[in-house]
Parts: sequence; structure tokens; C-alpha cells
Amino acid sequence: MSRSTIRESAADRIFLGIVYLFLSVVLIVILFPLLHIVSASFSSPGAVSSGKVWLWPVDVTLIGYKAVFQNSNILIGFGNSLFYAVVGTLVNVAFTVMLAYPLARKTFYVRNIIMMLLVFTMFFDGGLIPNYLLVKSLGMLDTRWAMIIPGALAVFQVIIARTFFQTTIPEELAEAAEMDGSSDITFFLKIVLPLSKPILAVLALMYAVGHWNSYFNALIYLKDSSLFPLQIFLRDILILNSVSAEMVTNVNELLVREGLKDLLKYSLIVVASAPVLVIYPFVQKYFVKGVMIGSLKG
Amino acid sequence: MKHWQFYLLVFFPLVYIILFKYVPMFGVLIAFKEYNVVQGIFGSPWVGFDYFRQLFDAPFFWQYVRNTLEISLYGLLVGFPAPILLALALNEIRNGRFKKTVQMVTYAPYFISTVVIVSILIVNLSPNTGLMSNLFRALGLETVDFLGVPELFKSIYVWSDVWQFTGYGAIIYIAALAGVNPDLYEAARVDGATRFQKIVNIDIPSLFPVIVILLILNLGNLMSLGFEKIYLMQNPLNQNTSEVISTYVYKVGLLGANFSFSAAIGLFNSVINFILLVIVNYVSRKVSSTSLW
Repeated sequence: MSRSTIRESAADRIFLGIVYLFLSVVLIVILFPLLHIVSASFSSPGAVSSGKVWLWPVDVTLIGYKAVFQNSNILIGFGNSLFYAVVGTLVNVAFTVMLAYPLARKTFYVRNIIMMLLVFTMFFDGGLIPNYLLVKSLGMLDTRWAMIIPGALAVFQVIIARTFFQTTIPEELAEAAEMDGSSDITFFLKIVLPLSKPILAVLALMYAVGHWNSYFNALIYLKDSSLFPLQIFLRDILILNSVSAEMVTNVNELLVREGLKDLLKYSLIVVASAPVLVIYPFVQKYFVKGVMIGSLKG
Repeated sequence: MKHWQFYLLVFFPLVYIILFKYVPMFGVLIAFKEYNVVQGIFGSPWVGFDYFRQLFDAPFFWQYVRNTLEISLYGLLVGFPAPILLALALNEIRNGRFKKTVQMVTYAPYFISTVVIVSILIVNLSPNTGLMSNLFRALGLETVDFLGVPELFKSIYVWSDVWQFTGYGAIIYIAALAGVNPDLYEAARVDGATRFQKIVNIDIPSLFPVIVILLILNLGNLMSLGFEKIYLMQNPLNQNTSEVISTYVYKVGLLGANFSFSAAIGLFNSVINFILLVIVNYVSRKVSSTSLW
């Protein structure tokens, strides 16, 4: 080590120690409640209600999960949520790129006017009641359309996609294609979309998670329980505390009491969050990418 | 027309924007009318500012405005610096695995749905079986029904938001810090700056433009406190501190079917928000030359 190398001073090492300590505390604070819930979901009803579960399961059993999967509502909700997420996301992504791509092109002469129209909607909206009355007058109340059409597009995602197109598809490439006699739509479908897979992934993921997790539209637009997404059933069971008799019958008679009702909630929380959290590590980088593209000023 | 196909592409999305974003803006007309289903939006008789007068005279309304602002400001005060702090801390660390773990774990709660988050709050804070009351009992303290205490509502709301969104919010700052010119650190090192001095003199100034933009957006949204989480966290015991404008709009309008009154509240809220945004943006442009437009 040469003498000119500046070593970390004592103060710096203490400071770094504090940083590590801080981040470790953050890690524990975030993980602990989650681990507790997972552990409780695998524990016996008695252990859960007497407060014996901390970080590890006590008296490991699966009856909580058995009760969850015996509930037909949960399965209906799962199916509906899957439908809304898949169909909704397809519509979302298609609409988003159809609007974003022309906005990214200089030869689309009205793009500035349309951008202003879009940005204005981010800061001012009609509010809940006018939106509700609109959906009602379109005859969409209590239909699957109400879960797809009113949220067909998010302006923020259009801006993200537009920024991506602007930075990755050079204007010269489009001009060259035009010289060769390719139409704008052919160029869009054959060249732009294949080059835009990363942004398509980002958009699809953001929209899909949004669909899977949302409950507000279902709450205001749907009354027919056969159309309910999972989140509405979760709310009934987890928050309004209405556990139907169906869920606790068929299980050992001895355990049909408060204890199982509590346990069921823990298992249900795990089942409901699992689909998103399981794929999360694989898609994490796309989310990070989405945030970064969004942060570039277009 | 040479590029007519662009117009074809944007046609349906644009129809959507006009129908679902701009038509409802005209729907706010019902705030000035005695709306009834039979006559519809245009046929219903005008009542002018009657509903607004009714609104401003109602004492509970100002309570709800206060609740909204208090929760928003509290959330901003705690929730805004938190991601910056996390990003600065993470930026100090070189160790790959620990850093990756912290990032991955802190982003994760963002993906949990509001219904599940509130459920987690309810089970963990439940007076009999929850994690929190276990902890209190273990420490020999008396347990309470945390969500039933009106004074605790705001803190529970704000800190659970911090728990859920700090990691995600930090991404943008981490990206900004990664873009800092390494020569600056090198120069600081040669000058014998400590880590803390580097944070104060290099990191924070480089984050400044991002901070200002996000602060403008947040301040502009002070009154549009989200409905979803608050509504789920409400119970009869905490009603006093938990009723905010958006939940009240829902209850009056959709549950109470008082469309005009509810639309008036919604419009009042939107206008205040818009004014806030314009003011904050103006001030920011004068003071720091950073602005949205």
C-alpha cells in the first residue's frame, strides 16, 4: 500500500457501521410482520389465538389452507381476477402503444395538442359521481365491461411508452422505411413493436399487478357476486369479518370456533399475495426499468 | 394526408380519453343542478351554488377537510424523506449481496394489494391475537384495540404507507445517485472529505432536481388522498379522525344516492387540488427554476 492512498478514517468506519445497522433494522421491520403471517398460517388455531406464534410456526398444520380452498367464493374470485387481469392488460397495452407511438413521432403534427389533452387529465378529473353516472349510462354497470373499459388506459403509462419510443426508435429509421414504401402502421407492427419488447413487458406488468390488486372499480360498479374479483371476496372475509358457514364446516368439529376464524385469515393473506410475490423476483428488473424510464423527462 | 395512419392508430384511445376523462368533467355540472335520474344531467333543474353553500355551512365538512389535510401532510412529512434516506444509505454500501437483499425486500411490499395490507394491519393489531398485543403482553403492557383508537389512526395509516412504499420510492433516487459523476467523489476523496460530507455536498445536491419535481407532484395531490386504504381501515370507533373527503364523497354519493351534493364535494376537491398544483409549480419555478411546465 503506497503512502498516498487515503485509508478510511475511523469516523468513516463508524459512519458505515451506522449505515449497516440502519439498513439491517429496515430489513427486519419489513420482513418480520410478513414472516409472522406466513408462520401463523401454518400453525394450529390454538397456537395462533393464544399468541404463541412469533417467527416460526407452532404445531405445524395445514387446516388453515384446507379451509381456504374449501371456499367456493375464493375460487370464483381467483378465476374472475385472472380474467380481468389478462383481458384488461391486453386492452391496456394495445391502447397504450397505439396512442404513445404516434405521439413519439415528429411527423404526427397534432401530437402537442394531444399531449396537452393527456397531461391535463392527470391533474383534473370529474370525480367519482360523474364517472359512475357515465358508466351507468353506457349500460356497463354490473357487467364484466365495467372492469375493463373504464380503466382501459393510464395516461402515465402512455408517457412512459412515448419516452421509450422517442429514445429507442430513431426518426431516421422511420424515414428510411418510408422511402422504401412502408406505411406507418406496417412500420409500427413489423419494426417498432419487435424492438419494444422491454417496454411491452414493463407496461404489461404494471397494468397486470394493478388489475390483480384493485378493488375500487368492482366495489362501485359490480353487485353480482359471480362477477366479483378476488379482492372483493378478501375484503368480505378479512376486513368485514363475514366468514360463511361453508368455510368452517367439514373441518374437525372441535376446531370450529374463533381460533379457526383467525387462522383462516392468515392463510388467506398468504394465498392472496402468493401469485404476485412468487413472480416478483423474476420481474423485479422490469419494474425498476419502468420507474427509470418514467423518471426521464419526456 | 400523408401520415393518416397515425390518426387511425390514435383514434380509439383518443375516443376513450374524451369519453372517460373529458365527458365526466362536464358531468360535474350536476353539482349545480338538482339531479334526478328521470331528467338526466341536462334536463335536471339548475340550483346554482346551493349545494356548495350547504357544504360550506356543514361543520362536519371542515372536520373532513382537516382530516384529509392532516393525514396528507403527516404522510408527506414522514413518507417523503424516507425513500431519500434509504437511497442515500444504500448508496454508501458496496457489498453486492446485502445491498441486493435490502433492495429486493424493501420493494416487495409495493406489490401487496391494499385489501391485504389492511388485513395484515387488522390481524397484527388485533387486541387479542395480534402480533402487536403479543408484544405488549410480553413487555407487561396493557393491550388496546389499536385501530379503534381515533388518535392512532393517522399514525397507523402513515407508517404502514412508509412500510409499504419506501423501497419502491427509493428506486428513482438510487438511479439518480448512480448517475453522479465519479470524478466528484474522487475529488472529494483527495480533499479528505468524510463519507458524511460527501453525502451532504455531492449526493444531496445531485438529487435536488428529482426531489423538487416529486415534491411539486406530492404537494399538488395533498387533497386527493386515496380512498382505497382509508375506507378499508375505517371502523365505527375511529370515524372521527378517519373520515376524509374521498370516503365521504363515496358514502354520500353512491351509498346515499345524493349525486349532486357528492359531485359538489368532488368538484370542490378537484379545484383546490388544481390551484395547489399551479401555485406550487409557480413558486418552484421562481425559487429553483425547476418546474413541471
